[in-house]
Amino acid sequence: MSTSVKALPAGLKDVEKGSSLWADAYVRLKKNKLAMLGGIIVISILITCFVIAPILSWIGFDGNEQDLANKFAGPSTKNLLGTDQLGRDLLMRVLQGGQISLLVAIMATMLTVTIGVIYGGIAGYVGGRIGNAMMRIVDGLLAMPFLIIVILFREVISGQVDEIARFLIDDWGWNDNDVLRFANLIPLTFAIAGFGWLSMGRIVRSSAASLAQQEFVEAARSLGLSHRRILFRHILPNMLGPIIIYATLTIPSFILYEATLSYIGLGIEPPNSSWGKLIQEGANYLETNITVLAVPAVLFSLTLFAFNFLGDGLRDALDPKASKD
Amino acid sequence: MLRIILSRLLQTLVVVFLLVTFTFFAIRMMPGNPFADVKALTEENKAAMERLYGLDKPLHIQYANYWKNVLLEGDFGDSFSMKGRKVSTLISESFPISLKLGLLSLFLAMSLGIPLGIIAALFHNKWQDYTAMIIAMAGICIVTFVLGPIFQLSFAKPLSWLNVAGWSRPSDVILPAITLCFGVAAYLARLTRGGMLDILSQDYIRSAKAKGVSQLNIITKHALRPALVPAVTFLGPAFAAIITGSFVVESIFLIPGMGQYFVLGIQNQDYTLVLGLVLFYGILMGIANLMSDLALIFMDPKLRNS
Repeated sequence: MSTSVKALPAGLKDVEKGSSLWADAYVRLKKNKLAMLGGIIVISILITCFVIAPILSWIGFDGNEQDLANKFAGPSTKNLLGTDQLGRDLLMRVLQGGQISLLVAIMATMLTVTIGVIYGGIAGYVGGRIGNAMMRIVDGLLAMPFLIIVILFREVISGQVDEIARFLIDDWGWNDNDVLRFANLIPLTFAIAGFGWLSMGRIVRSSAASLAQQEFVEAARSLGLSHRRILFRHILPNMLGPIIIYATLTIPSFILYEATLSYIGLGIEPPNSSWGKLIQEGANYLETNITVLAVPAVLFSLTLFAFNFLGDGLRDALDPKASKD
Repeated sequence: MLRIILSRLLQTLVVVFLLVTFTFFAIRMMPGNPFADVKALTEENKAAMERLYGLDKPLHIQYANYWKNVLLEGDFGDSFSMKGRKVSTLISESFPISLKLGLLSLFLAMSLGIPLGIIAALFHNKWQDYTAMIIAMAGICIVTFVLGPIFQLSFAKPLSWLNVAGWSRPSDVILPAITLCFGVAAYLARLTRGGMLDILSQDYIRSAKAKGVSQLNIITKHALRPALVPAVTFLGPAFAAIITGSFVVESIFLIPGMGQYFVLGIQNQDYTLVLGLVLFYGILMGIANLMSDLALIFMDPKLRNS
C-alpha cells in the first residue's frame, strides 16, 4: 500500500483494488453494533444447537430420558438447567427443540428463495400481461387466511411424504426411526414455504422488473443472449442484495410461523419437539415452575431479535437507500 | 373516485370467486374425509351422511350447487363438524366478539405505534430513535403466546377485577387486546418512522423550515399526512386479519371468537365452514383494502390523478 492512502477517509483504503459493493457493505455493517451483535448471537445459537448439543448428547446428556422422581428439579451437574414436567433435562430439550425450529425455518427459507426467485424473476423479466397475471395469482393467494392455506398445504403434502417415507424404509432399508422423524418435518416446511414464497416472489418481481428496463440488459439482449442467460447471469446477480436481505428477515418470521403452528398443535409432532411446542407445554406449568416456560421463551425471543437485527443491518449496509423503515 | 371504488369492488369479487374456487377443489385433495372422525360409522351411514350434505354428487354439480345456494338463497350451508349449526350462524355469533377485541387492539396499536414512529424519526440516529426501534423490535420478537401467559401471571393474578381467561365480564377484553396490539404497534412504528424520514428529507419541508414555520406546524400540517402512507397501506390487510380473530390469543384467553373456526374447520375437514370463512375473509379483505386505498387518496394528492 502506498503512503498516500493514509490521506483517504476510512473504508476507502483499497483504492488500488477498487472497493466492491460487498466490501462497502461489510464496512457499513461493521459500524452497526446492533447488527454485529445480532450476527454474533445468530452464529453462537447455530453453533450451540448444531455442534455443542450433539457433543453434549454424545457425552451422556439426554433430552428424552424421563425421570419422574426428579420433576422440576433445579440446576445441577446432571441437569445444567434443571428438569421439566417429566423429569427430562431442560437444556437438552431446548437445544434439540432449537435444532428442529432452526432446521425447519432454514429449509423453508431455502425453498422460498428458490421458488420466489424463479417465479418472481420470470414474472418481472417477462412482464406485460403474463407477468401481471402471475402477480395477480400471488395477490389472490395472499388474500387467503394464513392458517387455512398452511394447514391445507401441510395435509395435502403429508400424504405424499408418508408414502415416500414408507418406500425408503421398506424398499431401501433405511432406518425407520430417522426417516420418520425427518419425514415429520417435511410437510410443515413445505407448508410454511408454500405461503412464504408469495412475498418473496413480489419483492423479486419488482426488482427484476426494474432491472429488465436497464441499459445493460438491453445491451445483453441486443447481443443476442438467450433469455435464460440474461436472467441468470445478468439480472439475478444484481438482485442478490435484496434477496439476501429478505432471506435473512424470512428466517425469523418462519421460526415464528413454525412456533405458532406447533403451539396450536398443528406443527411438529412427537417425538420431535420445537421451541413453539416447548413454550406451549411450559405455559401449562406457569404457576408450578416458570423455568420450563422461560428458558425456551427467552432463547426463542433472543433468536428472533438476533436474526431481525442482523437482517436490518444487512439492509442498511447493502441498500442504504431503502433503510428507513 | 367512484370509478376507483367500483373497480376495487369488482376486483374483490373476482378475487373472492377465485379463492372460493381454489379452496373448494384444494380442500378435497386432503387425505381422509369429513366423517372419518365420527366413531362407529358404517358404510351405509357414511353414504347417508354424504347424501345428506350432497357429497355423493359429481364434484362440478356440488360446486354449482354451492354457488347457487350462496348467491340465490344466501345460504352458506350446514357445518359438517358442529352438528345442526349453520355456517352463517357460527360466523354471526363469533364475529362480533373478534371484532370488538380486534378494534380495541387496533386502536391501542395505532395510539402506541404511530407516536413511537414519529418520535424515532424526529430524533433520527439519537438515543430516542434507538430506544423506540428496540421497543418496536421487542414487539415483533416477543410474540403473543409468550406475552399472553406473562400477562396472565403478572396482571390477572394480582388484580381481582381481571379474569385470567374467559369472556364473561367487560374487562375480559383488556388483556387479550393488549397482548394482540404489540405486534401491530411494532410494525406501525417502523413504517411510520420510515415514512416520516422520507418526507422530512423532501424539499418542501426544507422550504417550510426556511420560511420559519415552527417545528410543530411542520410535523402536524406538512409532514404527518404523507408520512403515514406506508402505515396506512399496511393497516388495510392487517385490519382484516385482526378483526377476524387470532386463534392463539383466543385459545390463551379462552375467547369464543372467530379465529378458532379457521383451525377447527380445516382440521375437521368441514368443507362448508372453511368455504364460508374464506368467502367472508376475502370480502372483508377487499373492503379493508378499499378503505385503505380511499384513505391514501385523501392523504396523498398525487394519487388522485392516477
